[in-house]
Amino acid sequence: MNAAYVTKKVVGAFSTLLFVLVINFFLFRVVADDPFGSLLRGSRVPTDKVEQLRSDFGLDEPTWKQFVLYLRQTAQLDFGLSFQTRQPVWDDIQGKIWPTVLLVGVSAILSALIGVVGGFIAAWRRGSATDYSITSSTMVFYSMPDFWLGMLLLYAFAIVLPWFPVGGMTDLRSNATGLGAVWDHARHLFLPGLTLTLAYLGEYAIVARSSLLDVMGEDYLTVARAKGLRDVNVRRRHAVPNALLPVVTLAAINFGFVLSGAIAVETVFSWPGLGRATTDAIRGPDLPMLQALFLIFSAAVIFFNLLADLLYAWLDPRVGT
Amino acid sequence: MSVDATAVTTSRNPAWARRRRALHHFARQFWASRPGRIGLLLLLVFVALALAAPLLADRSGLDTAVARADGVPQWASPSEHPPLGTDYLRRDVWAQFVWGSRISLFVGLAATVVTIALGSAVGIVSGFIGGWTDSVLMRVTEWFLVIPFLPLAIVLASVLGRSIWNIIFVIGVTSWPSTARLVRAQVLTVKQRLFVDRARSLGASRTHVVLKHILPNVSGLILANATLAVPISILTETTLSFLGLGDPRKPSWGKTLVEAFENGAITLRAWWYFVPSGIGILLVVLAFTLIGQTLERIADPRLGGRR
Repeated sequence: MNAAYVTKKVVGAFSTLLFVLVINFFLFRVVADDPFGSLLRGSRVPTDKVEQLRSDFGLDEPTWKQFVLYLRQTAQLDFGLSFQTRQPVWDDIQGKIWPTVLLVGVSAILSALIGVVGGFIAAWRRGSATDYSITSSTMVFYSMPDFWLGMLLLYAFAIVLPWFPVGGMTDLRSNATGLGAVWDHARHLFLPGLTLTLAYLGEYAIVARSSLLDVMGEDYLTVARAKGLRDVNVRRRHAVPNALLPVVTLAAINFGFVLSGAIAVETVFSWPGLGRATTDAIRGPDLPMLQALFLIFSAAVIFFNLLADLLYAWLDPRVGT
Repeated sequence: MSVDATAVTTSRNPAWARRRRALHHFARQFWASRPGRIGLLLLLVFVALALAAPLLADRSGLDTAVARADGVPQWASPSEHPPLGTDYLRRDVWAQFVWGSRISLFVGLAATVVTIALGSAVGIVSGFIGGWTDSVLMRVTEWFLVIPFLPLAIVLASVLGRSIWNIIFVIGVTSWPSTARLVRAQVLTVKQRLFVDRARSLGASRTHVVLKHILPNVSGLILANATLAVPISILTETTLSFLGLGDPRKPSWGKTLVEAFENGAITLRAWWYFVPSGIGILLVVLAFTLIGQTLERIADPRLGGRR
C-alpha cells in the first residue's frame, strides 16, 4: 500500500463528504425556493415563527454567503435548534448515539459471525441439504422488510408469550444498579438485536459462501491436497483465510451503517436512538434535525468505506499499488 | 436433399432466425433452473392477483363510511369477517391486501424503470466515450454509491412531499449508481471485441455502434440487473411508507403495515392486520430475486458455479 493510493482514497472520501454537504445545503434551502413553506406544508406553525426562522438561517443573504455560513456552522457542530425540542440539535443527537451504536454494533458483530460461519458451511457442503436449508433460509430473511420481522418478533415474544419487554431500552420502574441494570438492558436489547441480526445475516452468508466457492476452485487448494494435507487443514489453513477477504471488506463497509442501520427497527421497538429520532424528525417535520442526521449518517458511511478500502489494500497486497 | 424448415428461414432472414433460436435457448436455460421456475410462478400468481383485483375484492371494502353503514365491526377477526378480518377503521384487510399488490408492484416496476434508464445511460456514455466524461461521471457515481441510500431517500422524500410519483423518483435517483457501474464495465469489455472494430472500420457511426452492437450485448445484463432492482425498490417503498413518507391516498402494503403498527394492532393481537401484507412483500421480493439471479447466471455464465 503506497502513499499515492492512500492519498487518492482520502481525497475521494473528502470529496464525497463535500458533496453530501452541498446536497444537504441545496436540498433544504435552494431547491424549494421557500424551504420552510414546503417543509411545513400541512402543519400549523405560526407565520411569525416562520419569519423568525428565515432570518435565523440567513435566508435573505446571497446563496454563496449562506453556504459559507453553513459550512462554518457545521464544522462547529452547530446544526441549529430543533423545531420540536427547541434545544440545539447536537445536544439532542449526542445522547442518542450510544443506544444506536450499542444495538446496531451488537447485531452487526453477531450477524457477521453467524452469517460467515453459515456461509462457509454451506459452501463446503455445496449441494447438500445443509447448503440448501442455509441458503434458502437466509434468502427468506433477506427478502422481508426488517421492521416487519421486528413486528412479528414483538408480537410473538412480547405479546403472545410475554417473555420480553415491548420496547424502550430500560425499565423505567426498576432502579436496579450493577448486574441488575445490565440484565435489564440485555432483556430490552434482545428482540431488536435479534431482528437486526437476522436481517443482516443473509448478506454475510451469501458473500461468504460465494467467496469460499471461488477460492475452492483455485490451484493452490489442489496443491495443498496433493501435498497430502487433511481436509480440515486445507480448509482452515488455505481456503478460509483467503475467502475471508471480501467478508472483511463487507463487514468494514457495514460498520458504516452502525448509526443509520436501524431506522425502522428502532421505531418498532421504541429504541431511544438515532433511528427513532429520524422517524420523529420526519413526522415533525423537524428540518434542522433531519439535516444533521443525514450528515452524521453519511459521515459514518464515508469514514468506514475509506477504512474498508485501506484495510483491503493492507490485507491483499495485490491491491493498492 | 434434406432442406429443412429452419435452414430455409435462416437463409431468408438470418438475423430473426438467430434471435428466435437464442430466445428459445434462453427460455430452456431459464426453465431448467429450479429457483427460476419457482420465482416465475410466484410472480405470475401476484401479477394475476393485481390484475384480477376488482374480481377478488370489492373496492368499497376500503371505504370506512360504507363499512360503517353496513354495520361492519372494528378489529373483526378473520372468523368474524372472512377472509382476513377488518382494521381499526372497519376496512376489509383482504381488500387492502389485494389492492395493495397493485400499488407495490407498480411502484417497484416504475422505480426500476427510472433506475435502469438512468444507470444504463450513464454506464453506456461513460464506458463508450471514455476520457474525462468517464472520469466525471464515475466520480459522481462514486459519490452516490457511498452516500447511504435510505437516509438520502428520506431526505429527498421529506423535501418533495408525500406522493407516489415522488417515491418513484426518489428510489430511481438514489439507486442508479450500481447499475451504471455494472453497465460501464460490460461496455468496456464489449468495446474491445472485434465486431465493434469491424463495424467502425466499415464506417458505422457512434450511434449505430451503440444501438446495434453495444446495447444488444449488454441488454442481458441490464435485464438481470433490472430484475434485481425491483425487490430493492419494493422494499424501499415499504420502508419509506413505514417511516411516514408514503402516499396517504394509495393503499400500498407498506401503508397497511404502518397503519397497523401505529394503531396498536400488535398489542391488540390483531395479527390478521399486519401479517398478510408482510407475506405479500416477502413473496414478491423473493420472486424477483430468484428470477433475477437466474437471469444473471444466464447472462454471465462465469457466475454459474457460485449460486
